[in-house]
Order: sequence, then structure tokens, then C-alpha cells
Amino acid sequence: MESVLGRYKNLIVLACVLVVQVLGLAVQVKRTTDTKTSRLIRIWAVDMVTPFEKVLHWVHSGTGNLWHNYFYLRGVRAENRELKAEIERLRLEQVRLNEDAAQARRLQALLAFKEQSISQTLPAQVIGSGGSEQSRILYIDKGQKDGLKTDMAVITVDGIVGKVLKTFSSTSQVLLIDDQSSGVGAILEKSRLQGIVRGTPAGEVVLEHIMTDNSVQPGEQVRTSGGDSIFPKGLPIGTVTKVGGGQDLFLNIRVRPAANLSKLEEVLIVTKLVEQEPTQLQTGTVRAADILAERLPSVPDKPPADASKPKQETPTNEAVKPPAPVPGKPSGSAAPPRADVTPNPRSDSIVPVPPKSAAAAPSALKPATSHGTVPAPVNVAEPVQGTTPKVRPASPKSTAEPPPQNGPQ
Amino acid sequence: MPITYTSGDQVEVYRFNWLITLGVPATALFLQAWLPHQFPAFAMLDLPLLVTIFFAISRRNPISGLLTGGAIGVFQDALTGLPIGLNGIAKTLVGYAASSLGVKIDVENAGARLLVTLVFCVTHKVVYFMVARGMVNLTMNWSWPHELWSALINAVVGVFMFYALDRFKQRT
Repeated sequence: MESVLGRYKNLIVLACVLVVQVLGLAVQVKRTTDTKTSRLIRIWAVDMVTPFEKVLHWVHSGTGNLWHNYFYLRGVRAENRELKAEIERLRLEQVRLNEDAAQARRLQALLAFKEQSISQTLPAQVIGSGGSEQSRILYIDKGQKDGLKTDMAVITVDGIVGKVLKTFSSTSQVLLIDDQSSGVGAILEKSRLQGIVRGTPAGEVVLEHIMTDNSVQPGEQVRTSGGDSIFPKGLPIGTVTKVGGGQDLFLNIRVRPAANLSKLEEVLIVTKLVEQEPTQLQTGTVRAADILAERLPSVPDKPPADASKPKQETPTNEAVKPPAPVPGKPSGSAAPPRADVTPNPRSDSIVPVPPKSAAAAPSALKPATSHGTVPAPVNVAEPVQGTTPKVRPASPKSTAEPPPQNGPQ
Repeated sequence: MPITYTSGDQVEVYRFNWLITLGVPATALFLQAWLPHQFPAFAMLDLPLLVTIFFAISRRNPISGLLTGGAIGVFQDALTGLPIGLNGIAKTLVGYAASSLGVKIDVENAGARLLVTLVFCVTHKVVYFMVARGMVNLTMNWSWPHELWSALINAVVGVFMFYALDRFKQRT
């Protein structure tokens, strides 16, 4: 007997090791839904690797920052100019979008829709990967100590990235949306068709469960539907790149992720979602003309002595600036371009204040010789959903100065 | 003079410092997790597999080879989001086979190392694929050109890596 054991010792040890691992696999497959707990071996492996990854990432990013922030500054001035121009353009666009958003909120409030909004995020840095072609996961430098839990959404400004799969004390595993075990509730932006975005073994992202009798065009945007209870509705997932006939009457739709999943450095973890009914905001508008006015040279503010004068009541909180007259034209024809601003359809939220003179116009649009600027207070439509509308003046002057003399008294 | 006999008594058996025994696999696991994040093309490499093969053919002890392969594979699995044991089983078998082969033939020259590593890379992929499909029901696409290309790249990298690691060998 001993001779047999000695002769086949290697094979016996091999069989034992394989049996143990096969049994271990079987146990894990049976408990495949248990993602809350981490096995000790995973904790050891992660604790062994991630400290070095953090150090290397710190050295790597530190060196890069030193080079890019202090030495290699070529083209920064030109880029700064371009960015400023871009900010101006976006501010004008924001005015129009605020109007659309306000209108959508009013409609949602009428229909008593409940909606989820991101109320808190935590930035994290990507420090490593799973190192396997079959498993597309990332490691981030935030963990349980930072309040992370499993199934939290991980996003970037470009689009969604994945979800927190496992948390350790100071690091976490993130399952990317191109992993074959991931799934995200999705909706096509134009056709409003709903499906599930999944990863494939080859690392591609596909949109499933769209019937072949539907029409989907390449280039259409795919967004989160909110149906998975992980990602709030409306976040960008990607763009449809290819549509083909698939199996079982479903289309085979390839999606290019909006976030560059292979070049992630920083991500945001959505740590808090708020579900609420949108409130019907009593918002006013800020006009494109006001935005433009801020960019033009202006007459200095009035001396503080004016503040001692008795203030006249502002007409209402919903009061908006009177239409800005264009210099050289009658004030009544100074409505802003239609493309920039959509007038608020709720006529009760606007108290028109017809300007009688140039004093009622925004100071920046007035001739330099005019005395005393008395713009009316302006309410800016706040994009924050379901919150009390903030009264934010379009310019600092508007709060320090009395309302127009020609307004309702 | 390189030994090319098939006799187990005449091939040289090496051992390693405990620091190397632990440090080299740990470094391979770390690089496997870190490099693909910086350079996605590195995901094609399997450094822990190369280390498994190196230790197996150097020690020429099947039990040592399979245990080393199993341990490295299990730790590699622990870093992925997949069940633990996929790489463990595949690397256990490769470690056993490589050390058994190391007992029979000499694998000290570059040509033999390239061939042996190429064969074991493909073997590893086949075993991994079978376990993943058969036991875990993991969907995997098998593409011979991709797997052969990947195995060839691993084999070429392995030849250079083995020469670097030869410095740490100690004769028994």
C-alpha cells in the first residue's frame, strides 16, 4: 500500500488539490448571488496589491502633475482664451436649457412623477485593474472607511462607468459596464425604447431586448432608464454604433460607451440618491441679453449713500427684468432673440415692467452718460430639482440697488 | 555544457531563496493588476502563468510545481471579479505538467523555453476555457488566432523573463 502511495504520490496530491478547488468553485457558483461578503482570500490579495498600486499611482500622477502644471505649459494661454469663450457660449445655452427644464418640471409635477436625483457624490481615483481579459473590473482608492457600499453607481462627467462590486477597508472593486456579468437598464433617447445594456466576453457593450420590428439608427444616444435601481434616470451610457439582426427576434445593437473605460483615472461614486416628486417651481427667467450685458463695460455702482433712501418694495418674487432695450431703438423692441431664450409660458410668473427710459435698461446696455442704474431684481431659474428656488441676481448690482422707479408702486 | 539528457538524475534541480519564492509571484500579481490599467494591451500577458512555468521547470518537482501554480492562480482569481479557482485549477495543472516535463527534458535554452511556454500558454487557456464554460457557465469566446497570438507573445516575453530570473537560481 505504501509503495502505491509513494509511486503515485504526485498524482494523488494533484488530484487532492484539484478536488479542493473544484469544490470551492462549486460552492461559489451556488452562492453566486452573494456579493455582499468578500472571501478572506480576496481581502488578502487586495490588501497585498493595492498599497503598492496606490504608491505607484501617487508617484505617477505626482510626476505627471509636476510636468504638466509647472513645466509643460505650452498653449495654456490660448486654451484659456478658448475655454472662456466656451463658458460664455455655454452660459447662453444654459439660459435656454433652464427654461426647458423648468417646463419639464412643471409637467412632471402635474403628473406627480417621482424622480431620482444625485444628491451626493464622492470622487475617487482608479489605482488598478483586475488584470484579466475575462473580468473587467477596476480598483479605486475609496472603500468602506469612506462610506462606500456595494451597488453604488460609478460615473464620470462623460457617462456611467459601472457599479461598486465589492468594498474593502480602503479600496473597492468596480464592475465596468463592459463586463459580461453587468447589466444596466437603458432607454434610447429618441425612440424611447427600453432595453438592457450588457457587456460581452469580447469587452463590447450591447443593448439587448429591443425587438426587431423597432427602428434604431446608429448615432442614437443611449441613457439610463433608472429601472435597475442603481443608476438614476437620464445619465448617458453611450451611442449606438451598429444595428443588426440578432437572435430570437431581438436586434443586435452595439453601443460605444460614453465614458472611455480603458482610460479612466478619476471617477465619481454616487453615494446618495434622492427620490422626490418634482415641485412646481416659481421661477423667473434670466435672459440672454442679461448674460450679454454682463460682458459689456458698465457704469460704476451708485455710491452707498443711495442705500439710505427708503427702499421701494419689489413687485413680486417672480418679477423679472423688463425687456432690455437696445440702444438706439425703442425700448419695446428690445426682446431677446428667440433662439436664446424661450419666454416663460406661465404668464402669471412674469410681471412686466415696461421701461420708460434708459434708466430701466440693464446698465451695461445704457450709454455711458446715463446716471444711476436701477435694474429690477432678477430671478434665475435654478436647475436644482425640487428645491426652493434661489433668488440669485444676474449681477451684483441688482441686489444693492432699489427697484426701478417706474415699476408698480 | 548544457545538459540535454532525459535522465532525472542528471538534470539540474534548482531552489530559490524564500524572498524570491514569495517576492517574484507577488510582483507578477501586482504587475498583472497594475500594468493593464496603464497600458490596456498588457492584459494579453499572463505574468503569473510565466512565473508558474519558470518555477516549475526550474525546481523539477511536480508537487512543488502544482502547489506554486495553485497558490498563484488562486491569488490571481482573488483580484478579479470571477469565482476563485478558475486560474487556480488551470495553473495547478500547468505547474504539474511543466515540472513533470522539466524532469524529463532540458529546458535551459531559449528555443526549448519558447516552445514549452507556448504550449503551456495554450494548455492554460484550454483548461481555463473548459472550467469556465463547464463549471461556472461563464460565456467565453474562443478564437484560435487570438489565443495563439497571445500565447506567442507570452512565450517571447517569457524567454526574456526566464533569463532575468535565472540569476536567482541556486543549485541544490
